Amino acid sequence: MSALIQEMSDKAQRLGVPLAVQFDLTYRCNERCVHCYLDHDDRGEMTTAEIRELLDQMAEAGVFFLTLSGGEIMLRRDFFEIVEHARRLSFCVKLKTNAVMIHQPEAARIQALALDSVQISVYSHRDEVHDAITKLPGSLKRTIAAVRLLVERGVKVVFANVLMRENFQDYPGVQALAAEVGAQFTIDPTITPMMDGNRSILNLNIERAQLQQVFRDASILGTSPQEFCAPPAGPPTAEDAQNTLPCSAGHTFCYVSPYGDVYPCVQFPLPTGNVRTSRFLDIWKHSPQMTEVRSITISDLPVCSTCSHGEGSCSRCPGLAYMEGNMRGPSSQDCEKSFVRTGVETAGMSIHREARLVAGLVQIRNSTERPHSPQAV
Amino acid sequence: MSPMYIARTREVAARLLGGEMMIMSARDSTLFSLNETATAIWQAADGVTPLTEIVERSVCANFEVDPVAALRDAEELVEGLAKHGILKVSNQPIAEEK
Repeated sequence: MSALIQEMSDKAQRLGVPLAVQFDLTYRCNERCVHCYLDHDDRGEMTTAEIRELLDQMAEAGVFFLTLSGGEIMLRRDFFEIVEHARRLSFCVKLKTNAVMIHQPEAARIQALALDSVQISVYSHRDEVHDAITKLPGSLKRTIAAVRLLVERGVKVVFANVLMRENFQDYPGVQALAAEVGAQFTIDPTITPMMDGNRSILNLNIERAQLQQVFRDASILGTSPQEFCAPPAGPPTAEDAQNTLPCSAGHTFCYVSPYGDVYPCVQFPLPTGNVRTSRFLDIWKHSPQMTEVRSITISDLPVCSTCSHGEGSCSRCPGLAYMEGNMRGPSSQDCEKSFVRTGVETAGMSIHREARLVAGLVQIRNSTERPHSPQAV
Repeated sequence: MSPMYIARTREVAARLLGGEMMIMSARDSTLFSLNETATAIWQAADGVTPLTEIVERSVCANFEVDPVAALRDAEELVEGLAKHGILKVSNQPIAEEK
């Protein structure tokens, strides 16, 4: 993050401004990706007029970075009307799309919108692997054709390569494809639970050894593996823990669903209000749930505040922790990442291990009693 | 000397944050933070008001500055922003972008 963006973010936080919003325009999609966390049925998307009004309110509230995502955003017939309105309001707009509906005319309109960037999901450089994930035959060919159209027109394109067991071995190929077509490349090694809490798709997550390989690949880290995988610096000091916030969710960032529900983040499905019944800024400023999320500092995290990983090697997501049952608890997926990075167990992992051990001992002691659940220990 | 006209381009994202204008150039993703006086100039860049008049009305009338120094600073600012495609500059009035 540049110094100026950090400064801007700090200032927004001091002023209570929602600097960045991800707004999903629809959950409908023309692909059926095996790892997707969304329910694709339309349960009453906001109308064009409602969205225009919401964008007006967001601009007034100070939102600057606006990510429009889905579902597949271009399935909305009013897609260009929405983005054009957003640009008239001077948002810095980023699109997330699979790009299969982008042809010459759409590419020309996107170019004219002067967007920040277009992020496009690419799972493999091989048709059979990509298309098996999206379940849309021919999708890779269509996506890459669209990427070329956009890049030719000077639009900044970023490949988002989500890693799963099915496509792990292909990320160097996707990286090379990105370089060939003139796109940037990002990688995401984490599959997250579905928004309704269903965790079955977590089985798709790559294995520990594969994650180790990713965390030691200098070509994708943006820093040296030695630095990235350095031993943890120890628990935060009491002062740091008091002053450090878990992440930007609810502080300078929030998420709005196609139905108008506002959450602290797309990965943090804590309902805080709905823009169909309340003004966006009222929800942001006064929702008890937003207020609660904002009140939490590292010192309020009973396990993580004692963890040797502190800030440096920990990327704890409070939303993933919330989906595991406690927004002040550890996120086991992030504990795993910290462990794979450094080889040092996190406080959350130790507690889970001890809990399993105690639960086992209870079972042995009295086989007729129900064992304590790890959470109860 | 012919008058200088300035107009905001649409190839930017912009938002006022605590009195300062944050501007992102779509051309090269450079982020700028304009102080209050620069913000006043940027907001007044309508393509039809000469820069001298903008400085007089939006800067000298609201801030305690030397008019000559203010105009010189404004010209430098305009030149810098024009390089990043944030402002258009002309010696003729500039028609509004459609």
